[in-house]
Amino acid sequence: MGFLNEFVKGIWRENPTFRIVLGICPTLAISTTVINGVGMGLAATFVLLGSNIIISLIRNVIPDKIRIPAFIVVISTFVTIVDLFMAAYAPDLHKALGIFIPLIVVNCIILGRAEAFASKSSVWISMADALGMGAGFALALTLISAIRELLGSGTLLGVHILPATYSPAVIMVLPPGAFLTIGVLLGLFNYLSRRRAG
Amino acid sequence: MREMLKLTLILTTICSVAATSLALVYNLTKDPIAYQQRLKKLSAIRGVQPNYDNEPDQDFVDLPMVSDKSGEGGLTRFYITKRGGEFTGAAFTVSAVGYGGAIEIMLGLTPGGTITGVQVLHHSETPGLGAKITEDTFCLQFKSKSLSAIKWALKKDGGEIDQITGATISPRAAVKAIHQGLVFFRDHRDEILKGG
Repeated sequence: MGFLNEFVKGIWRENPTFRIVLGICPTLAISTTVINGVGMGLAATFVLLGSNIIISLIRNVIPDKIRIPAFIVVISTFVTIVDLFMAAYAPDLHKALGIFIPLIVVNCIILGRAEAFASKSSVWISMADALGMGAGFALALTLISAIRELLGSGTLLGVHILPATYSPAVIMVLPPGAFLTIGVLLGLFNYLSRRRAG
Repeated sequence: MREMLKLTLILTTICSVAATSLALVYNLTKDPIAYQQRLKKLSAIRGVQPNYDNEPDQDFVDLPMVSDKSGEGGLTRFYITKRGGEFTGAAFTVSAVGYGGAIEIMLGLTPGGTITGVQVLHHSETPGLGAKITEDTFCLQFKSKSLSAIKWALKKDGGEIDQITGATISPRAAVKAIHQGLVFFRDHRDEILKGG
């Protein structure tokens, strides 16, 4: 149960998006451009890291009965901090992500890690878990949004990649495109991990 | 009883620490956020009415303009632009309900009521279709037009504004909003001028 093992787990074996399938609502909603995907991934990782560290630190003083309200207070504090800093220093990204920044509070990945991991593990290992889960979430968002932006707008990070003759499949940046992309990727991940297991 | 006290105490402590850290962050980010918002406002004004050397966000008139933006029946802020003390025009937002909700457009006018620029500030139209109202090909056609110069409707409605293929409701709403703004400016020109 080393640091590296906990970190890698979040990226592949227990990837929050493709394996555990948590936090799908923001994933569907904001993965229209790569910059949104990366921004959301980083914001969620920061919140995850902060809340995992604090919750692991105070895990022995929080009585079982009030652990959920205590976790939520910690999580929402970090979310508000991200919200304010983004509004101050990355206003365009803040505007693009909109309501989905405050909604990180209810992202199941974060409360899930607090409840299932940080409240039972040491600070060091909880950090590894947060970074791994955050990276897994961010990578998944980047992959989904890259596919959607490329097919739906013909661009990557706003730069035209596909030739001008390619007429963008607008459906890919609309909600149905999100479901299609995530569905196909989920199937692919399941297939790959099943083949690995033999 | 003792347990209840203990739970209350612990939760109160956690909340107090959270509130204190949030107060610190708020104070830290308050000025940068205000600065960013001002920057955004000024860049929207400059986008539609670049001819000024005053500070339009300090120089404005609030008038009650009726628009069909649901909920807010309040005042519209008219930013007055001046160069060397001379009145060069005004910039203000107009709105109309499109396909996905309210469309907010910043409109820049000369004192005579000729359009200097049009910029969509906020909309929820369909990407790739209605959202094309934000593109230059649609917005630039309004430049140098005035209320009396053309017929204010889409071509398919018998007017003179170029429409967008695949979208009707969004450009129609945009035209309606701009037209309302022009009419209001004509009717209240003196009030706006005086206020500046």
